[in-house]
Amino acid sequence: MSLIASTVEHATRSSRIGVVVIGVTLVVLALAPFWGERQTLRLLAEMYSFVALASLWNLLAGYAGLVSVGQQAFVGFGGYLLFWLVIVSGVHPVAAIFIAGPVAAVVAVPVAALTFRLRGAYFAIGTWVVAEVFRLLASQISVLGGGSGISLPAAAVIAMAPTRQAREFEIYWLALALTVVVLAAIVALLRSRHGLALTAIRDNELAAQSNGIGVMRIKYIVYVLVAFGTSMVGALIFLQKLRISPDTAFSVNDWTAFVIFITVIGGIGRIEGPIIGTIIFFVMRQTLSDLGSLYLLIMGAVAIVVMLWAPKGLWGLIAERYGWQALPLRRHLVLTALDKKAGSTP
Amino acid sequence: MPEPLLDLRAIDVFYGDFQALFEVSLRIDAGEIVAVIGANGAGKSTLLKTIAGLMRPRGGEMLFDGAPIGVSPAFSVVGRGIALVPEGRRLFPSLTVEENLLIGGQSRRPGPWNLARVYELFPVLAERRHLPSTSLSGGQQQMCAIGRALMSNPRLLLCDEISLGLAPIIVRDIYARLPSIVGEGLSLIIVEQDIAQALKAARQVYCLQEGRVALQGKAAELTRESISDAYFGV
Amino acid sequence: MTEWLNVIMQGVLIGGLYAMFAAGLSLIFGVMRLVNIAHGDLIVLAAYVALTVTQTFGLDPLTSLLFVVPAMALIGYALQRLLLNRTLGDDLLPPLLVTFGLSIIIQNGLLELFTADSRKLQAGTIEVQTFQVTQGVWVGALPLIQFAVAVAVIGGLQVLFYRTALGRAFRATSDDQSVAQLMGLDTRHVFAMAMALSLAVVAIAGVFLAVRANFDPAIGPARLIFGFEAVIIGGLGSMWGTLAGGIILGVSQAIGAQIDPGWQLLAGHIAFLVILAVRPQGLFPRVSG
Repeated sequence: MSLIASTVEHATRSSRIGVVVIGVTLVVLALAPFWGERQTLRLLAEMYSFVALASLWNLLAGYAGLVSVGQQAFVGFGGYLLFWLVIVSGVHPVAAIFIAGPVAAVVAVPVAALTFRLRGAYFAIGTWVVAEVFRLLASQISVLGGGSGISLPAAAVIAMAPTRQAREFEIYWLALALTVVVLAAIVALLRSRHGLALTAIRDNELAAQSNGIGVMRIKYIVYVLVAFGTSMVGALIFLQKLRISPDTAFSVNDWTAFVIFITVIGGIGRIEGPIIGTIIFFVMRQTLSDLGSLYLLIMGAVAIVVMLWAPKGLWGLIAERYGWQALPLRRHLVLTALDKKAGSTP
Repeated sequence: MPEPLLDLRAIDVFYGDFQALFEVSLRIDAGEIVAVIGANGAGKSTLLKTIAGLMRPRGGEMLFDGAPIGVSPAFSVVGRGIALVPEGRRLFPSLTVEENLLIGGQSRRPGPWNLARVYELFPVLAERRHLPSTSLSGGQQQMCAIGRALMSNPRLLLCDEISLGLAPIIVRDIYARLPSIVGEGLSLIIVEQDIAQALKAARQVYCLQEGRVALQGKAAELTRESISDAYFGV
Repeated sequence: MTEWLNVIMQGVLIGGLYAMFAAGLSLIFGVMRLVNIAHGDLIVLAAYVALTVTQTFGLDPLTSLLFVVPAMALIGYALQRLLLNRTLGDDLLPPLLVTFGLSIIIQNGLLELFTADSRKLQAGTIEVQTFQVTQGVWVGALPLIQFAVAVAVIGGLQVLFYRTALGRAFRATSDDQSVAQLMGLDTRHVFAMAMALSLAVVAIAGVFLAVRANFDPAIGPARLIFGFEAVIIGGLGSMWGTLAGGIILGVSQAIGAQIDPGWQLLAGHIAFLVILAVRPQGLFPRVSG
């Protein structure tokens, strides 16, 4: 008689390949300042920000089931907090990014308390109202330019680095580092016990709840964590832009519509989705940019088509067809016979 | 030999991958009462839902009045003359008693049944006509559900477990009214857990066991023993 | 004092318009649990349809309703039947994301067709007519008419829902789709009729909006938010509650604007958030059985 032991493994063959590919890509990207032009660096940094924002939105909507169309509240909050800290309190811009996270998390608690009283699509619109409130409050802050906004003062810009090239390298590496950290944190969360709970909630909330998972508590935690990350990314975005105004900081189009588009097309509820979606989005933007508002119209139409006929997005289609995953996130049971004397292994 | 009103020929019904009915055949003539009995999960409700169009058979044929059913959408079935009194009554909670009856007559089929006749059959409903349907007792809700089905002037009435959850005296009361319903030439299929009641009311009996017809015959001719064998699958 | 009475009067009257924004929204939520994120943009679409009709045929805004209302109702029926019926189901994401995509499409489509220029419909002298209610308190004729129409629309919807066969069909389908089909109701058609009705109300709201103020393709989302706030303040499931919600929102905004013009929108949002915090079910929720 042989005993059977079991372990939980996360990796599959495709995910092992995926990890290697990702590792190589990261090294190449980290070295971009040495092989890329200024334009390329700016474009890449913008892409990293969107990967981060979309991954965070994906965590919120695709895993925790909290579909927010108001995340621009925290993007703008991060931006405005950075400008406030730099202009009013004289804080170093990079340090301000790291302060934006925790402060936003604190603000997110009462926001969640209010908006969680609403369910489903009403919750979504509620988050939008909150974003509008933030925007209106921001336009009342006269020291930051009120409704017209303000630029980052030269002194603060120089405090980051003495030359423009050094500044641009610095922002680029910050963007890359922040996005990698955000993704790593999400992966770590999903691989943990809480992540298992989240995946259960994603698949069937009612069943998850009846299995004793504290659904409400997890949703609170995820909402606050996502606000934390979103604000830091927002702070970095506006540090790069060197200028902020209420309409750009809290723009629904830029920070929600594009993010949703990216996540839906790439694949909701899968961590690889936002990465694929961002690439597709930027390819579309480069090719269609001459069309003006027609480009947004096409984007909306594509999102609808994908939602109805390929609801798992592009990565969802590929992953289901071939069983791939780029990152080792799945859990599968591996059984091994403890008694090896008989010489047979499963 | 006149054509049967309803003719099911070896139908197979699935819930996803799970097969609930295996090659079930059933015939009912005009004006006949047929009882379908069986243990929980035997497939009785599934059978009625399939006839009523809420589910589609994957194999076999269903003919009503010589014409195929089960291929057109669910909402067209009542227009052909088949009405279901669903298991658990399932009255519309947002509607009053009278509104539930009125919506039963939505399909506007010609026939003897109208609001006045339903109130004649079940006077207690007339007393409560403008109250929300949720305020009725279990037995009254059952009467309302039957009345709602009758309002469509069906030729075939399907009754799914109308005795469920009701006190015996209420059940007897409802069954006592069945003859006046059937008297007009209406055919009836009753699914029942209460075997005694089913055998008293029906002429033909089908016993289902795990999705198959285990026994069928005239109620008067079947023995207790053969019924319990078929019921429990001994 | 009379100044404040005027302010409150204006707030009440615009509340009627907000209630009309809300009525269409809460109607389809009641029937099919769908929240149409493109609702505000459809109101703006109606305004542009009215603009086109009045310019092409030389009609006045009131007469244009004869064309705009059926046109929008038809659009609503087709929209539901061809697109939105596919999103209904247990999953929350598809209807939300599809209507969000629709919102983007409508906004940018209008932008392409009409540019971002501000427009307005002219209704003639009635726009400047006022009545004196009491000493020092004046009320505009147009806002008063719009308020009266809003009350009539909401009253009409109540009658339709609770005293007609179509209303019965709406309520039954919303209660239990399967059993509704057993009654002979084609639920695809019932949902499409509900959306057609919702957009008929949207049409009226859009024309009123166009006459009352300047409009451009981007103002849709704000109308959605006003309608949504009116529904939540008033309480889910109650049409008259929605009217009350609209009035409270309008009055809050008017008071805010009186204190400081920049505070108009903020005051409304704050009123909404306070209600959400203190009485989340709304002020007059329908007690359903």
